[in-house]
Amino acid sequence: MNLFEILSYGFIQRALLAGTLIALLCSVLGVFLVLRRLSLIGDGLAHVTFGSTAIALALKFYSAMTLLVSMPIVLLASLGILKLTEKGRLSGDAAIGLVSALGISAGIILASVGGGYNVDLLSYLFGNILSIRSEEVIIAGLLCLGVMLLVTLYYHELFAISFSDELAKVSGVRTSFINSILVLLTALSVVLAMKLVGIMLISSLLIVPAAGALQLARGFKVCIALAALQGCSSVIIGIIISIMSNLPASASIVMVNLLFFAAACIIRRIIYSKNSN
Amino acid sequence: MPNIVVATELLSCSYREGRVLEDISFQVSRGDYIGIVGPNGSGKSTLIKALLGLVTISTGSAALFGTNLSDFRDWSKIGYLPQSLHLVNPVFPATVHETVGLGLLSLKRFPKRLNRADNDKINKTLDELGILDLEHKLIGELSGGQLQRVLLARAIVNEPELLVLDEPTAALDPETRGRFYSMIADINHSRGVTVLLVTHDSGAIGEHASKMLYIDKKMLFYGGFDEFCSSPEMSSLFGEHSQHLMCHRH
Repeated sequence: MNLFEILSYGFIQRALLAGTLIALLCSVLGVFLVLRRLSLIGDGLAHVTFGSTAIALALKFYSAMTLLVSMPIVLLASLGILKLTEKGRLSGDAAIGLVSALGISAGIILASVGGGYNVDLLSYLFGNILSIRSEEVIIAGLLCLGVMLLVTLYYHELFAISFSDELAKVSGVRTSFINSILVLLTALSVVLAMKLVGIMLISSLLIVPAAGALQLARGFKVCIALAALQGCSSVIIGIIISIMSNLPASASIVMVNLLFFAAACIIRRIIYSKNSN
Repeated sequence: MPNIVVATELLSCSYREGRVLEDISFQVSRGDYIGIVGPNGSGKSTLIKALLGLVTISTGSAALFGTNLSDFRDWSKIGYLPQSLHLVNPVFPATVHETVGLGLLSLKRFPKRLNRADNDKINKTLDELGILDLEHKLIGELSGGQLQRVLLARAIVNEPELLVLDEPTAALDPETRGRFYSMIADINHSRGVTVLLVTHDSGAIGEHASKMLYIDKKMLFYGGFDEFCSSPEMSSLFGEHSQHLMCHRH
């Protein structure tokens, strides 16, 4: 199969479109999360997504409806992490761990009560972007539009809290409100991303593009643009490789992402060694 | 325009381990340059943070520009420079220009956007502090002294009426420290900006400060530098010889 043939299939077009949109969201939000040292929030929320997906499947909701059941639960969990950090005398990673444990154990119990792990639940664990339906692409498109609009409107506030909470507060930024926006947007993106790379690999979509961009970026806006470029390219290349080589799409996307990260590290070393000579 | 910029009334703060500040009452007038001194763990930084709403006040009250702190919203009047080493993530990808631009957010309404006039303001401030050539550098690439000046530029780019500095010279060598104090004194004199500066270095701050506030959980002294040096309370606290050393002007 050549590239043009591959691109002529509707399911591949849907996968590429939805995948690119989700990667864009995750990469942009990932920059703020990594700099705020909340990188693992994606992992924690992914585990909650597992629990909420088990609830949806137990209630006989499938495909797009699973997303709609998961979203409010994951949004609440994201606010729970924030409240535990602010009021519960817990550090961010401990709060994430706590909520994550709750999500995964609830998922395991529900899956067990519901007759064990079925094919649907496993598809959410490892992702299956090639099976994405048109209505899921529409949901991804609408959410992507909403999230990008909010990130654009609150760009400077998000930049300020990533730099320093303390300085942001003294500049009149409502830091609790902006933190809530950041984790809520992350929660929405995580729910969308479970179809793309699966619950097991969601955090890589948030962390790896940001980590790659941080190697090369000279400026905050440049960093966001580079992360978005890496995230989107990884999805497109990963999906094409997976089809051509008959490999799982989720793992291919993450491996391409990691290769981009490694390339960024090498380029950084070359630039530094040239500058120091 | 209220002439009292900062006022506290029996202000106390507590952490889990107990009280860190007790019954602090003082007033700062417009144009004052206050040096806040005291031993390690005496509550100097907590006092500054309480005045900026970063730490909860347990009892008592604080007001900025005549407005009770809980109702105070006009953050564009304030410039704040924290201890920079604790603040800056060395891999943070922002340029100096972008970092200084964050100081203008308090002047902006939603959705906050920086325009060409703001960029000119940023460049003018960098130029005034002699660091315009650093504009495109990443903050992680700066030396301690350069970083301190960049964060000072961030604190004054919004032309604040009150500048609050928390041990700004802790990471600087003595020569850079002296230049930094002169820079703050110049901002105080030429722009009429009220300054609150926390430091260990009572001798160096004494050269410029109009008043000294000495705290060790409680307020032990508040008055002029000369008065501070001849004060019997300070003398009984440190001994005459130590007091002489502390008050030695460079």
